Amino acid sequence: MPYVPIEWLRDHVEVPAGTTAAGLAADLVRVGLEEEAIVPAAVTGPLVVGRVLSVVPEEQKNGKTINWCRVDVGPEHNADDVDGEGPGRGIVCGAHNFGVGDAVVVALPGAVLPGDFAIASRKTYGHISDGMICSERELGLGEDHGGIMVLEDPPAPGTDAIGLLGLGEEVLEINVTPDRGYCFSMRGVAREYSHSTGAAFTDRALELAARAPGATAGGFGVELADDAPIHGAPGCDRFVARVVRGVDPNAPTPAWMSTRLRQAGMRPISLAVDVTNYVMLDLGQPLHAYDLATLHAPIVVRRARPGERMTTLDDVDRALDAEDLLITDSPDGPGSRPIGVAGVMGGAETEVGSGTTDVLIEAAHFDPVSIARTARRHRLPSEASKRFERGVDPRLQAAAAQRAVELLVELGGGVADDEAVTDVDRTTPPAPIELDTQLASRLVGVDYTDEQVVETLRSVGAEVSDVPTDDAPSGRHAARVSRVLVTPPSWRPDLVEPTDLVEEVVRLRGYDQVPSVLPQAPAGTGLTLRQRRRRRVADLLADAGLVQVLTYPFVGASRHDALGLPADDPRRRAVRLRNPLAQDAPLMRTSLLDTLLEAAVRNVGRGSTDLAIYEIGSVTRPTGPLSSSPLPPPGRLPEPADLEAVRAAVPPQPLRLAAVLVGEAVPAGPGTEARAYDAADAVALVRDVARELGAAVHVANDPDHAPWHPGRCARVTTADGALVGHAGELAPRVVAELGLPPRAVALEIDLGLLLDAAPDRPRQVRGLSTFPLAKEDIALVVPADVPAGEVLDVVTAAAGEVAEEVRLFDVYTGANLPEGTKSLAFALRLRGDRTLTGEETAAVRDAVVRAAGERFGATLRA
Amino acid sequence: MSDAPSPLDADGVARALDEALAAVAAAADLDALKQVRIAHSGEKSPLALANRAIGGLDPADKAAAGKLVGQARGRLGAALKQRQEELEAERDAAVLRTEAVDLTVPVQRARAGARHPLDTLMDRVADFFTSMGWEIAEGPEVEHEWFNFDALNFKPDHPARQMQDTFYVEGEGGEDPHLVLRTHTSPVQARTLLDRGVPVYVACPGKVFRTDELDATHTPVFHQVEGLAVDKGLTMAHLTGTLDHFARAMFGPEARTRLRPSFFPFTEPSAEMDLWFPQKKGGPGWIEWGGCGMVNPNVLRACGIDPEVYSGFAFGMGIERTLMLQHGIEDMHDMVEADVRFSLGLAGGQL
Repeated sequence: MPYVPIEWLRDHVEVPAGTTAAGLAADLVRVGLEEEAIVPAAVTGPLVVGRVLSVVPEEQKNGKTINWCRVDVGPEHNADDVDGEGPGRGIVCGAHNFGVGDAVVVALPGAVLPGDFAIASRKTYGHISDGMICSERELGLGEDHGGIMVLEDPPAPGTDAIGLLGLGEEVLEINVTPDRGYCFSMRGVAREYSHSTGAAFTDRALELAARAPGATAGGFGVELADDAPIHGAPGCDRFVARVVRGVDPNAPTPAWMSTRLRQAGMRPISLAVDVTNYVMLDLGQPLHAYDLATLHAPIVVRRARPGERMTTLDDVDRALDAEDLLITDSPDGPGSRPIGVAGVMGGAETEVGSGTTDVLIEAAHFDPVSIARTARRHRLPSEASKRFERGVDPRLQAAAAQRAVELLVELGGGVADDEAVTDVDRTTPPAPIELDTQLASRLVGVDYTDEQVVETLRSVGAEVSDVPTDDAPSGRHAARVSRVLVTPPSWRPDLVEPTDLVEEVVRLRGYDQVPSVLPQAPAGTGLTLRQRRRRRVADLLADAGLVQVLTYPFVGASRHDALGLPADDPRRRAVRLRNPLAQDAPLMRTSLLDTLLEAAVRNVGRGSTDLAIYEIGSVTRPTGPLSSSPLPPPGRLPEPADLEAVRAAVPPQPLRLAAVLVGEAVPAGPGTEARAYDAADAVALVRDVARELGAAVHVANDPDHAPWHPGRCARVTTADGALVGHAGELAPRVVAELGLPPRAVALEIDLGLLLDAAPDRPRQVRGLSTFPLAKEDIALVVPADVPAGEVLDVVTAAAGEVAEEVRLFDVYTGANLPEGTKSLAFALRLRGDRTLTGEETAAVRDAVVRAAGERFGATLRA
Repeated sequence: MSDAPSPLDADGVARALDEALAAVAAAADLDALKQVRIAHSGEKSPLALANRAIGGLDPADKAAAGKLVGQARGRLGAALKQRQEELEAERDAAVLRTEAVDLTVPVQRARAGARHPLDTLMDRVADFFTSMGWEIAEGPEVEHEWFNFDALNFKPDHPARQMQDTFYVEGEGGEDPHLVLRTHTSPVQARTLLDRGVPVYVACPGKVFRTDELDATHTPVFHQVEGLAVDKGLTMAHLTGTLDHFARAMFGPEARTRLRPSFFPFTEPSAEMDLWFPQKKGGPGWIEWGGCGMVNPNVLRACGIDPEVYSGFAFGMGIERTLMLQHGIEDMHDMVEADVRFSLGLAGGQL
């Protein structure tokens, strides 16, 4: 994001003396330019201009020769003349590219150079070296470490060199939102600074445009030949080309420009390139400099041809897409050679080089959509594409080219060829927006007068005029509604709707003017039943001693292998991400245990070896392969069929609940015996959840459902047989593979299904009977493989309505029982709407025994 | 023990009574008191014998003797009763002393569980909005691109679409299902407007995704709460009022907010909302809490609502960020790594 050096900003707007980067940030944030960072000053402390008084070479034992120098650093900094050598400071220096009388940059003790390099007086090579004579690299000004930096036309010794070299400025980096491309320039930021503070702003583009010569017949030929515009917008609608001849290829980039480029985060390269970058940063218009000698007229702007390739400035040979917009020239017929990917990056064959003397400057305007697509397609986000895809001012090209030409003339000794000026301009002026001047007041809740609205819009550069009388509303509304036509400035392509203008009004008149009024919503009905139930389940499990966790939903297919899922298990059909964060976890989980078990492993690894965790969340369960779906355009209601297809493309994402229980359910303590979690705990939790919701569930043993233990897995279904989920002990192989402690227990259920299975109407109840309770215990002997749950169901049904509670209180096998049988003991609490007689309770007992006998061959235990 | 006095011998009766009362007072426990009772009010006791002797007196003396002895016996009886109660109370207290246990011993008969603080915070947020009459809406996490972007006025090639680092879903055999992991809870705006129509006041807490690596301040999976109100006559002042009220509910009555201009494709005007945070590192200051604005007319149009008639506002805040600010949590890792110590450490924190 853009950097805003204050000194540079002052070229465009009057920034008060003493303004700090933090102060600038505070001013800009009010108008919507947020501070990203403040880059600290490169150098602090005393850094001054020095004049070399004497140089004494001294050969050292290691064969190296150092120079013992005396440097005049100005009366304020010079040491007293104690040793008769005259005023100045003694400094040891290893470089040899300077001599007596040269002006150098001296870092005195207390200075801190880039890289936190603190300068102190130190003893070295038998002298006290009282500072350092600096190289460009030590000052962060360049890579040149060959010698120290010798100043041309230096000011007097002792002059502050931090200001001289621009090293002391803190630089604000701002964050520009995508709608404000014009703020990727000093010109744009200065305009906003002026809006925020009222400081006087000068639009440099205006004077430049006034100086720019008009197109000439001898201009370099340019053809705009886009035969495949995207969305009907031509890829290029303006192309300005200027020629500068006789530029000295060895002319250096001046220090002030290098400093500004570096402050803006760019690296100085060569004068011609630096000038184009500088003007882009300054005005916002990306430019390209070509070596004129390598170009063959005309330049043709066209789409790439199938199979076409070119080598860009970064020396990458790129396969082009037919949608890429190219700058080409014509060595073998019109448009035969690509010389640039338009608005993104130039080509290697025509770039300016060490021998370039004649330069062609390109300043063009491209379709944001085309540039954005190409930059993304080639993964080439350049400084140019960043600006073009946000929209560049289509009136800026001639002015920016003029500035570049002037700089090349001034700094490179070139001559502007005013007979070779090209300006192909097919831009259209911005469309005026009809605005109800009171819309801002209605939408913002502040009373803005019509005058305030118009004045604010004019201040951002818009032209405001009355609506032609023919179009003005007539009739009874005419008197109350004031309408104006607003033509946005050319640099604001984001202003297209009346609400966009409203934002300008509230932004510039101050968001702090907006009052605070709490709206009165219509009376609501609170959480839905489903929402209340979900919350109750979450609370219930926490109350039961479990800890809720949240896990990332990303998994790899190997997790399904680890869980032992069969090859055709529906849980293996997962949504795959095109750009996962981790290549080994590209899938969206299909069950919560996919990721919850990993969380259990992590917790155990961190020492929580007695662990009970649960998660409530959604999983993704595509019902089939994911095929293409429509993507209706923004800004209008899609056709019903398209909207239906959009909705249908979203895969089912059921809400599920899972828990993992490991280690001790109850720890040993004074008066408490330890108890480990077992499979029954998981089943009991599912039953508790169902009971809390009022949903009837059925529990059966399930010998075949990964990742559970085949002998210790319960399958839970609703009353009408829909699968709710599973609970029990995890298979030993799975537990070992995951690295969980043995006998880990888990459950996972479709919570959404259970929430919906619960009745949504209040349960109807009978009054409580206060007649005496009759207790009846019945022990039944059944074959050992009969599930107790089924027997309980039969007993409960046979006991009938008179049974208030039927509880299985003992399961016994062993002595006194026939081989292959077990005894199930049930406690019945019987109560009627009158006192039950002995005959009636006996009848219940007989009915139970008879039903169990018929169903399971059960007998009453003797 | 003295012999039985004559029932007419006032001094003798008084002496016997004094002796009896002294014995009662001296009885140290219930057994001793039983012996005192036998000796001083039993059949062979002086006062009982004196009482029995009344029967042999002249009828003229009987009344005086009866009164003398009867009063003495009455006082003795009362003393015995009182002493009996005292000694019983002492005995009961002694029994309880022997039953004392040390209840400072911590006993854990059931494990302590906890909700996840982010989930309870979302509950609290939901309660806040329902208290204002709003409803709580939900939407899918794997979402269609149209709902996540286009319905919200993100143009297909606009840089804004790239601002949110998006997870895309891969189609089968080169097909493009146009699915993403929702990058914000805002698609619920479009779903709500399409499904419920207007006027509507909803909040939507939920999970969102961005392709950010986990570090101290970023997580690829996090939570937001979205707010949306569309009605006739809603203004930015109503947005400010709602945000102020929400900020005070989350951070206390001193909380202050400010808006500053920003950009979101689905709102116009748009704003970032800052919260005044006295505990900010390096001194009190404004910190970013969320984004908001007036619903862009294009969003209303995409949902078949006439922007000439209806206006609305929308906002979104990070749940993680809110929790971090509330509790001084400095590292995102603690919230997202499913470490039970985090949930247990903040148990009850949102009540």
